[in-house]
Amino acid sequence: MTPDPTKRPRLAPGCRLNEKSQPSRVLLMPERALRLNGPSLEIVERCDGNHTVQQIVADLQKLYSKAAPQKVEQDILGYLERLQEQRALDFE
Amino acid sequence: MNTISNPLALVAELTHRCPLHCVYCSNPLELTARSREVSTASWARVLREAAELGVLQADFTGGEPLARPDLTEIIRAARAAGLYASMITSGLPLDEKRLEELVAAGLDHFQLSFQGAEEEAAREFSGTRTHAQKLRVAEWVKRHRIGFTLNFVIHRGNLHQLDDMIALTEKIAPGRVEFAHVQYYGWAFANRARLLPTRAQLDRSLEILKKAEERLRGRIKVEYVVPDYYAKYPKPCMGGWGRKVILVKPDGDVLPCHAANVLPGMTFENVANRSLRQIWEESDAFQKFRGVDWMPDLCRTCDRREQDFGGCRCQAFLLAHDASTTDPICSLSPQRGIVDAILRDVNAAAPGAIAPETTAPGAATPPAEWLYRPNPE
Repeated sequence: MTPDPTKRPRLAPGCRLNEKSQPSRVLLMPERALRLNGPSLEIVERCDGNHTVQQIVADLQKLYSKAAPQKVEQDILGYLERLQEQRALDFE
Repeated sequence: MNTISNPLALVAELTHRCPLHCVYCSNPLELTARSREVSTASWARVLREAAELGVLQADFTGGEPLARPDLTEIIRAARAAGLYASMITSGLPLDEKRLEELVAAGLDHFQLSFQGAEEEAAREFSGTRTHAQKLRVAEWVKRHRIGFTLNFVIHRGNLHQLDDMIALTEKIAPGRVEFAHVQYYGWAFANRARLLPTRAQLDRSLEILKKAEERLRGRIKVEYVVPDYYAKYPKPCMGGWGRKVILVKPDGDVLPCHAANVLPGMTFENVANRSLRQIWEESDAFQKFRGVDWMPDLCRTCDRREQDFGGCRCQAFLLAHDASTTDPICSLSPQRGIVDAILRDVNAAAPGAIAPETTAPGAATPPAEWLYRPNPE
């Protein structure tokens, strides 16, 4: 299920980023942890219930302006969908 | 030469005390008494050492972690060390106020175990009446914004309730649910003849679970695995010996897995004497089966050696009486016949039967009584 662009993703209960001070950033969730780097960290940091999917896409298209905008959008939608299947996201 | 990775999870067995008496408990037959349990201050130190070693998550279990009156302080210490704090619990002794305290201390994830879909089955397998309390606890947990998993332990005696367990899950609506087939160690090994499902039961259960997984996708994450004895290849026990998980027993002994103290000739070091890092990197127990050097030729030359790491050492010992041999679960093991003989006995019952007790002429008669796990002093 592709996420609705007007919805605001938020990390689900039991899912959170580890502390900024720690050497590598991970998304901590029940029984697992997901290592985040570059774009995946930029996306997860914006899953705060304030940014819409559209806004996240626009932000990352700016940050990664050398990449084709459509490719950036597809990658983000795919990533958010995978996180939702892991029950790491709620859409509000 | 084996390179040593850092552990990602610390399993903290806080106590062996437990109000339940489950017939498949993974605790050892010889339980640790309260008087030998690690103190609050020592746990706080162990949690800091774990974080320094690279551990991300602390899983508090037991026994029943709620049997420790200092659980709130221990969870606060885990969060102060920068760890994700998770607990696996039967849900008692607990009231709303204590749950609030645990959440305020930083509890990230609450995993609630169920022994059946209703009180009577749960009572038979846990030797206590606790199902109604679990339903109350589930309601309280849902009022907080923390991770919530239900864990149904499934086996021959309750698989016929699987549809009802799924219905109960949907009613409670946690983020995750695990349907965990009993694994045959500790008390479960002693009660195996009455717990191991038939092939027909297993196939039916996998169909039901696959459908539930698809239907609930995006709402509730459904997790399950094929039970060991029916698998073609062994499970990568603990993700490989001394590779991802470090476990501390109620008395502070540090082990690579829950069951390793059944292995003969092993000695385990204690958090009172050495740091977690020294024990992880240098102790004989962690070096013993780490990497591929210890493996028999069959495993060392196998393409799957980095996938399943030769399987489970404790299972190799329990089934084949040799901790260094290939896990007899493996279809390539010359000792697979041991497992097949056990399955033949279970499956001599009528094909297709899914009733809890399916004995037919020629089937091994299960022992008449359960062996219940006691509560240590």
